[in-house]
Amino acid sequence: MRTLMFLLRKEFRQIFRDPGMLRIILIMPVIQLLVLPRAADYEIKNINIAIEDYDHSVVSQQLTNKIISSGYFKLVGYHNDYNKGYELIERDKADIVLEIPVDFEQKLIRNNSQDLLVAVNAINGTKAIIGNGYLSSILMDYNKEIRMKWLPPTRFNELPTIDIVSSNWYNPNLVYAVFMVPGILVLLLTLIGGNLSAFNIVKEKEIGTIEQINVTPIKKHIFIMGKLIPFIIMGLVVFTLGMIIAVVVYGIIPVGSMLLLYLFALVYLVTLVGFGLLISTYSETQVQAQSLTFFFLIIFNLMSGLFTSIDSMPHWAQIITRFIPLSYFIEVMRMIVLKGSHFHDVAYQFTILIIMGLVLNTWAIINYRKTT
Amino acid sequence: MKQFINFIKKEFYHVLRDPKSLLMLFGVPIAQIVLFGFALTNEIKNSNIVIVDNAMDNASQKLIYEIRASKYFNVGQIFMNPDQMDAAFKTGKVKLALVIPKDFDNDLQHLHTAQVQIIADASDPNTATTLTNYMTSIISDYQNQLWQDGGLPYSILTQQRILYNPELAGAPNFVPGVVAMVLLLICVLMTSVSIVREKEMGTLEVLLVSPFNPFLVIFSKMVPYIVVSLINLTIILILSVYLLDLPFKGNLLLLYGESSIFIVCGLSLGLLISTLTDTQQTAMNTSFLLTMLPTMLLSGYLFPIENMPLFLRILSNIIPAKWFYIIIKSVMLKGLGIKYIWRETLILSGMTVFFLTVSLRNFKIRLQ
Amino acid sequence: MDKEMVIKADKLTKRFGDFTAVDAVSFDVAKGEIFGFLGANGAGKTTAMRMLCGLSKPTSGEASVAGFDVFRYPEKIKKNIGYMSQKFSLYEDLTIKENIEFYGGIYGLTNKQIKDKGTELIDMLDLQAEANKLVRGLPLGWKQKLAFSVAIIHEPKIVFLDEPTGGVDPANRKQFWELIYETADKGITIFVTTHYLDEAEYCDRVSIMVDGKISALDTPSGLKKTYNAKDMNEVFFQLARNATRSGD
Repeated sequence: MRTLMFLLRKEFRQIFRDPGMLRIILIMPVIQLLVLPRAADYEIKNINIAIEDYDHSVVSQQLTNKIISSGYFKLVGYHNDYNKGYELIERDKADIVLEIPVDFEQKLIRNNSQDLLVAVNAINGTKAIIGNGYLSSILMDYNKEIRMKWLPPTRFNELPTIDIVSSNWYNPNLVYAVFMVPGILVLLLTLIGGNLSAFNIVKEKEIGTIEQINVTPIKKHIFIMGKLIPFIIMGLVVFTLGMIIAVVVYGIIPVGSMLLLYLFALVYLVTLVGFGLLISTYSETQVQAQSLTFFFLIIFNLMSGLFTSIDSMPHWAQIITRFIPLSYFIEVMRMIVLKGSHFHDVAYQFTILIIMGLVLNTWAIINYRKTT
Repeated sequence: MKQFINFIKKEFYHVLRDPKSLLMLFGVPIAQIVLFGFALTNEIKNSNIVIVDNAMDNASQKLIYEIRASKYFNVGQIFMNPDQMDAAFKTGKVKLALVIPKDFDNDLQHLHTAQVQIIADASDPNTATTLTNYMTSIISDYQNQLWQDGGLPYSILTQQRILYNPELAGAPNFVPGVVAMVLLLICVLMTSVSIVREKEMGTLEVLLVSPFNPFLVIFSKMVPYIVVSLINLTIILILSVYLLDLPFKGNLLLLYGESSIFIVCGLSLGLLISTLTDTQQTAMNTSFLLTMLPTMLLSGYLFPIENMPLFLRILSNIIPAKWFYIIIKSVMLKGLGIKYIWRETLILSGMTVFFLTVSLRNFKIRLQ
Repeated sequence: MDKEMVIKADKLTKRFGDFTAVDAVSFDVAKGEIFGFLGANGAGKTTAMRMLCGLSKPTSGEASVAGFDVFRYPEKIKKNIGYMSQKFSLYEDLTIKENIEFYGGIYGLTNKQIKDKGTELIDMLDLQAEANKLVRGLPLGWKQKLAFSVAIIHEPKIVFLDEPTGGVDPANRKQFWELIYETADKGITIFVTTHYLDEAEYCDRVSIMVDGKISALDTPSGLKKTYNAKDMNEVFFQLARNATRSGD
């Protein structure tokens, strides 16, 4: 135990003596947490629409007005030339082109039905689906209005109508930051904890001090613990800073237990730092450690469910996400912070993280060789 | 010139002799394109939902049948009790609940109106909105079925053309973004760390005091990464077209030209970071934090830029990946020519020149 | 045998793949002896030393250090030895005092021992003014003397020095050897590798390694007599002339 204390004292001295390092550990995450969640807004508004109106009738005018006044669409072009609208799509200026054909109003009355042409830029699939959805429901509404006007009231009123009331639990105003902040906080924690720990032992290998340690009678697990603990503590400091920002800046007050959050943060950090140390023991140089960390962190990042929903991934990809510790912690963070989930709700994730932590750290201790 | 080639040879040896670095240089892009090309999608399918059916009548059964038939939802249990619903949300296993009122069928037939409630777990607002939209459209379709029996006139119908990506796959949107991110990260990281490494080991001084022009020393460090990045780009393009079935509509030469500008831009940024940091660890962390998250979040491939607050929209302009993302989408997926992307090209070139000038100036200061 | 042997090596061998770095070397080192290990770069000196320190497992052969078998008790050996590696091995971002405290702590010295030893060591090296400064700023000669002193802070039975004077000027090398003598006087056995042939003269006994094998082992004067040479340089060149390995 006493040896451990000397190790810890040394590690902390080294961390605090490197201002560049401290800046990265403390200031970078704060700035990123202040800026980035505001970027992560999936809500689709301001869909750019170009309307090619070959009809120029009362109906086509009304329809255009209705689309613009819905608030979802921004009119970026209004002509009577489909090619112009198409060019706007090519230049990424428009997401949707709506073409109202010649004699739309007359044909609607004469033929009882008439087609409109909608062209959607689907490179961004979500935007296409959602924008298209909005447009369809506006068209449907307008259709209803026309019928109400043109049909005898008795006939119309007899149509069965299903009213839909929707409510959004846990985040009634659909504030995106509420969703992103806990996730981004976990991500930053991962980047910092993963990097620092992955680099640390390798650095001692490269400068040669590890030889000096290896020739001492120090126990392997004590040495690994001496590396593990400082990063866990630094991680908890970053986590605390992040939580303060979440509360003060974003007004996100965790619904669930703070204690449970910290318990999870602790278990997660043990797992993560174990992973970093494992990389460290497999690398000879910092460049190698960096390559490995980079490889894994990007995968962790994009497959964690932070940016795209895990549910929508193909089955094999969902299986991969189950091996990513980050995905568990992000899920749990959101559950505890936003929904106030209790320990029994997250016991499964807790168990998995504990198992991962044990495996990774044991592996790191075994793989760290004092004797080659 | 012979000296210069020797320097470049030395750098290639550094890069190629280390299998773990090779894993990063070639393994990362391949794994990521394949993984993310298939795995990332914004479409939400097979979401678990619950239905609280208080009616249990003919109409509610029919509606539930419609919902079950859609690919979007997995209808789990059918509950009666709101408390159970809350508990289900808290475990995170259920994303949406539909509450059908008592006497649903009866009300529809006689009062001609009935109200259903959709409750979404909005802790994830994106999923909540999307699922609510899906559910709404299923219910509307169901309502239309009811109406069709009435044979209504004056129907406005739509004919749709889905451009560029008719299957609405995630890949066309994400792959260009991942390409931009991977190229940038590798270039920035590798350059900054490899130069700082020589700084740390003291070998940079040796090179810089040699009679050889110091700028050529720096330049020779960049050459292997340009080559590696172009090889990577080729691998990525082949995978995208043959594995992910992405269309390649544009001019290949133009794409390589634009990519070269972007690669040099990344290398210059790496160079700049290397002049500002003294240890490999700091260089790596700076590169990582400066490129990874901002690229993911501000380049537009994960989140639409036009939705962002003004200051972020302004900030996004200094993200090189944003411009490259636009370029690669335009050239590759839409087949557009330089006429449409000259502005983006100019901006990327300007950034490159800026990074290079500042970092070379920093080096000069160091040398004096 | 009248003297206590603290290092015994018998046909000690290390192979890396099909490359035999150390090829069946046998020798004994007596307590209190200054034992020099000479050889060109790549001759296998460092590998042999690393095996004795428990940093590297021998492929075959036998060896014991401070009475402990290198195969079975490498960790017990580590309690009894000090080691100073070729690469400078103090923490450059810690101060002199902090380095002393750290290594003292790792070796299980009590706080009082650390304090006393630290003061003694700093006084001996005349580093009072620098005690609270980062090691980074010290001149190389001092760094090496400091590293040596830290390596013997726990008063080991044997100290292994791997090219301790590499890159240092003659004046500092001389001072360093004075430090070695002082240490040997306290009964600590010194095992030192070097490729400075003049330093071989300072050792009690010298072994010369060529291509992974020990080709000569005797006192410096004995060696000069055997090879009919006027100094160690000549001895070495006669032995190394036929070496197949050279350089790094």
